[in-house]
Formats: sequence, C-alpha cells, structure tokens
Amino acid sequence: MKAACWYGSGDIRVETVPDPQILNPQDAIIKVTLTAICGSDLHIYNGFIPGMERGDILGHEFMGEVVEVGPKVQKLKKGDRVVVPFTISCGKCFFCKAGQWSLCDNTNPNAELLEKLYGSSGGALFGYSHLYGGYAGGQAEYVRVPFADVGPIVIESDLTDEQVLFLSDIFPTGYMAAENCNIKPGDTVAIWGCGPVGQFAIRSAYMLGASRVIAIDTYPDRLRMAHDMGKAETLDYASVSVLEELKDLTGGRGPDACIDAVGLEAHGGFEYAYDRAKQALMLETDRPGVLRRAIMACRKGGTVSIPGVYGGFIDKMPMGAAFAKGLTFKMGQTHMHNYLRPLLDRIESREIDPSFVISHRTTLAEASSHYAMFNSREGCTKVVMRPS
Amino acid sequence: MQVIPWRNKAPNVHPIERAVSVVTGGMLFINGIRNGGFIRMAAGAAILGRGLTGRCHMYRLLGIHTAPSDSTLPYELGVKARAAVTVGHPRHEIYEFWRQFENLPRFMRHLVSVDQTDTTHSHWVAEGPGGHTYEWDAEIINEIPDQLIGWKSLPGSQIASAGSVRFTEAPGDRGTEIRVELQYNPPAGIVGAWASRLFGREPEQEISADLKRLKQFFETGEVATTAGQSNGVTPLCVAAGRTGYNTMPSLDEVLP
Ligand SMILES: NC(=O)c1ccc[n+]([C@@H]2O[C@H](COP(=O)([O-])OP(=O)(O)OC[C@H]3O[C@@H](n4cnc5c(N)ncnc54)[C@H](O)[C@@H]3O)[C@@H](O)[C@H]2O)c1
Ligand SMILES: [Zn+2]
Ligand SMILES: [Zn+2]
Repeated sequence: MKAACWYGSGDIRVETVPDPQILNPQDAIIKVTLTAICGSDLHIYNGFIPGMERGDILGHEFMGEVVEVGPKVQKLKKGDRVVVPFTISCGKCFFCKAGQWSLCDNTNPNAELLEKLYGSSGGALFGYSHLYGGYAGGQAEYVRVPFADVGPIVIESDLTDEQVLFLSDIFPTGYMAAENCNIKPGDTVAIWGCGPVGQFAIRSAYMLGASRVIAIDTYPDRLRMAHDMGKAETLDYASVSVLEELKDLTGGRGPDACIDAVGLEAHGGFEYAYDRAKQALMLETDRPGVLRRAIMACRKGGTVSIPGVYGGFIDKMPMGAAFAKGLTFKMGQTHMHNYLRPLLDRIESREIDPSFVISHRTTLAEASSHYAMFNSREGCTKVVMRPS
Repeated sequence: MQVIPWRNKAPNVHPIERAVSVVTGGMLFINGIRNGGFIRMAAGAAILGRGLTGRCHMYRLLGIHTAPSDSTLPYELGVKARAAVTVGHPRHEIYEFWRQFENLPRFMRHLVSVDQTDTTHSHWVAEGPGGHTYEWDAEIINEIPDQLIGWKSLPGSQIASAGSVRFTEAPGDRGTEIRVELQYNPPAGIVGAWASRLFGREPEQEISADLKRLKQFFETGEVATTAGQSNGVTPLCVAAGRTGYNTMPSLDEVLP
C-alpha cells in the first residue's frame, strides 16, 4: 500500500510499504477513505516531537471502511463505515473507566520510555512517535486499529466523509478545550490560534454558552473564518497589543477563560527571538509565548485551557501571575471517546457542518507538498487527502 | 506481613556529576528530538534522569559509588532492582496466575520457559544479551498464599538470584498492587557486555515493562504491540537485517 512516511524534519515521502495485518485479537483493519493533516503533524514535520524514527507512517485523523476484524472483535463488522479517534484506549483500565480516555494505561507498548521522561505514560496515539506507542498512522491506504470495539464510531447516516472526518480529532479537541473553560453565562473566552483547533474551540465556546469569543491570530483568511463562520471578534497579534486590547474589550477585567490553541511553536511577541535562540541552542524545547500571554491576560480566578501541544521544557513561565490570580489550568490530549457520540449528534442535527475548515482537497500522493503548504499557513487552513 | 523498606534509593552520583548529567542529557535529548534520533533521545533521557534523580543504575550495577560518603549505604555488589504495578483485578486471581510459573514467559520478555518440577522447585531458562540462554533452578523459600512468593536460586545455577513478589490490595476499587524485588549476580562476562552498552535498558525498566505487560494481559486480554506492523524502509531496520517490515529495532539491536 501507499503511505506517508516521515524521514526527518521537513522530509515526508509517500512510499510503498507492506499492508497492515491484524496483530492482536481486538484489532481491525480499516481501508482509509479520507485522512487529514493536523497542526500536531506539523510539530513532527518541524522536528519538535521526540521519539520519531525514519520511515514512521504518519497521520492520526482518518476514517474509512472496516475490511477485516480480529477474532475477539464483537461489535464492529466488515463493511462498517467508521471514524477513528486519534487516541488509542483500552476501555478497561482505571483511566478509561473514569472517562480520562487519553490517559489509558494499557495501549502504549513503550510506556517505560515515556515514564522516564514524564513520570508516567498516557495512552498511545496513531502516527505520533515511538514514545506514544509507535503505532503506524492513517495517512495511508490501510491502517491497523487496536481495540476496535472501543474507539471507532460507526456512521450510519448519509453524511459525507468531509462532514464527519473531524470527529477523529479537531472537533472534539476544540470542544474539550471549551468545556475545560467551565463556561458560565456572561463569560468571555479568548482563543489564541485560529487554526482548525481554534476554529472548533470558537464554535464550541458558543455552543457551551459563552457570551463573547475573541479570537487571535495573524493570517487574514484564518481571522476571516473565525469572524465569518465562528462569529468571533478577532485580533491580529502582529498589529495590535493583544493584552491591552483584551483588557479594553473586557472592561478591564480580562477574559474569564483563555484557550491556548497554538502550543509549542508560537510565533511573535517580544521574547520570540529569545525562545528561538534557546531552542536552537537546545536549552529549551518549546516556545511558550502564547501560554505566557494567556496567563497574563486571564482574569482573576479564571481558567487557562491548553489544547495546544507541549513536549518538553519551557522557560520564563509567569508562575507568580498564575499563583497570584488563582488561575486554574486544564490541559492534555483530548479524551476523545467522551465526545464522539454527542458531537456526531450535533452534526446529524445540522447544528454544525465541520467541513467548513477545509481549504484544500487532494490525494495522498501529494502529501509532501501539502505538508509544506499547510506549514506555511498561507491561504491554507486544513488539508484533506483521499488515499487514491 | 513484614515490610522490607528499600534501602537503595539514596543518590550514588556526585552533585557535580549530576549537574553535568542534567546539561548533557538535556542537550542529547533535545538534539535527538530535533534530528529524529530515537536512540539519541532515549540515551539523553537516561542521562537526564540520572542527573535529576542522582541515581545511576549502571553505577549500581557495577557497584560504583561516587556520591559523598555521608550516605549510610553499604557498598553493594550485584544487581538489585524493583518495580511495582497496580492491576485492576482481585488479588487471588493474580496470585493464582503468577503461582503457575509456566505463565510467566507470556509477559516476561526475557524468559524462554519455566518448568515446575515439584511444588517448591522450578527450572528457568532466560535469554540474555546477544541471544545467549541462561538456566537456573529455583526454590520457593517463603510463600503466603495470595500475598507473597519468595525464591532463591539453587547452587550450580548459571545466575545466582533471589527475589520476591508481593500482592496487596490497592485502596478503593483499584485492584491489586504487585511489587517485585530482584537481586542477582550476573554470570561472568555479562557485566562487561552491559557496561559497553551504557544506554541499554536497565533491569528495573525491564521488570517494569514486564509488569505492564501482565497488567495489559489481565485488564484487556491482550498485550499491546506494534511488532510486525509496516513502516517505510529505514537505515536502522536495514542494519538490523529488516527491510521495510516490522517496527523499529530495539535499543539492544542497534547499540554496540
Ligand atoms: N490536545 C490535543 O489533543 C490536540 C489535538 C489536536 C491538535 N492539538 C494541538 O493544537 C494546536 C493547534 O492545532 P491546529 O491544527 O489548529 O494547528 P495550526 O498550526 O494550523 O494552527 C495554529 C495557529 O496558531 C497561530 N499562532 C501562532 N502564534 C500565535 C500567537 N502568538 N498568537 C496567536 N496565534 C498564533 C498560527 O498562525 C496558526 O494559525 C497544535 O499545537 C496542535 O498540536 C492538540
Ligand atoms: Zn490532530
Ligand atoms: Zn485504558
């Protein structure tokens, strides 16, 4: 089969590799019908995610048709049309039973390695480094899906692939980011990053009752999408002082909740050069410019919700401000399995059509050039690819 | 039941060496990240961990002690390792499974086979570095049903070892806590092989990984794996005699 493989920073190649096989009794094999490139894939593309090996198959946003199931798969059947969540969860451990699916104890075969770095390991992810299990990803014609009765959600309605694909990650991720804000009537939510995750966070914040959403980015098409589709007020961080504007827009209080939908590759800010230099000298792994600003902007007693990915160490955290203002921090990989059914219901009831984020439609063969294009962010918000 | 405290947690790495470890480990780690070097990254993580905890398993393994001597630790020889895991199943069930030693190779990666010769004696075969097999006979010297199994190897074994596994009920509904402690003297020649492989897996990591596999097996009915999956051709795979199939080679395979 064909698959998009990682060979180093900025080096993605579509290669012919062996077809995946059932390796465990609860596995299924999915024939991929549509897959997407995620902002998280760009962190790999730019070389910020530890534990990649040359040849690894990328991709964690995918859907398709079940073509084979293992002997212990009971619910999923050959022919089912499914969307697969990007986190792999067993459904049986303490964390899965507590609804903290992405922290699953039992799916990462390399858990001891992540344990060494982080103290303990969460669940595995598709196509997201050997630290997160080393599972081959879904930017491919076929993919092996472990715990097939636990993760995949069967789509029975006649919704198109494009309408349901983003249940695999960014819609639930934006939704959980907003849910973590504990939104009350009258609340203002500020969202840094108008990439796909930011776009769904905007929509979700309104669904959960926010009075105002203020979205921050610098790319005109992304800001326009946030404004036109998301009904957010927008700020261009390159042309205004975001902290001053937020203070002003909220009558001096600051936003009730701040969402960092950017993560470890933040741009801009007076300390950008400092963080870049420290990254280059290998003294800091992540650039936390947005996180710093979210902490400074947030109102007293507010919440900072962090769907943006961080991988290692950060510097100059304004911990004093966070402490003095009594902030709450919420973060982590999305607990996908909690959101699949409820969000599919919202799509089926036509409350939202997630395909609005798509800017580019292409085939897997073009993966390499589209990684580069999405990474430039110029005129590109989301790429979906058909395997053939 | 007697609680035996673990006495070997004190730092055995000198403070200056610890600082150097944090810096070099951090740099190797981040360099590994940037250049996609999984091995470099893992090595960096090991050195970083050594700096942050002040404990070096390699040193302990070799009986080297560079920390200031105000610590009360006795000079220790031989390998000592321990690990723990919590499994969401009743204690009796897990004890019964474990007590059938024939079950152990199902989740302990380096065990080839275990044969129980009578109720207290068993014969063990394990595969060590470089594909060598080692055999020993063990005798249960202490057993409290559902709680404890303690054993030691018999004279004439290729590996002199002693160990225990304890089963206790976890608080709430969390199941059973399993604690393994092992001590052994590696057979002559092995220390050298391990010393040259400074970044290979440590015995504690190995036991911890084994226990995780047991947990997976109990809680989910299967052991998580990617072995046998496909990926693009890599130089590392080619060097390890693989061509495009399979998951990445293990650290053991690529380090000298
Ligand atoms: N927690 C999870 O489970 C999860 C899931 C999916 C994605 N993510 C993460 O969410 C983040 C966003 O994902 P995405 O797909 O939207 O990525 P993306 O790269 O398309 O979007 C990031 C946006 O942030 C903007 N940005 C950069 N610096 C900024 C600044 N200083 N102020 C405001 N905006 C700034 C960029 O212009 C870009 O539009 C990534 O870190 C991704 O890894 C997390
Ligand atoms: Zn994603
Ligand atoms: Zn689980």
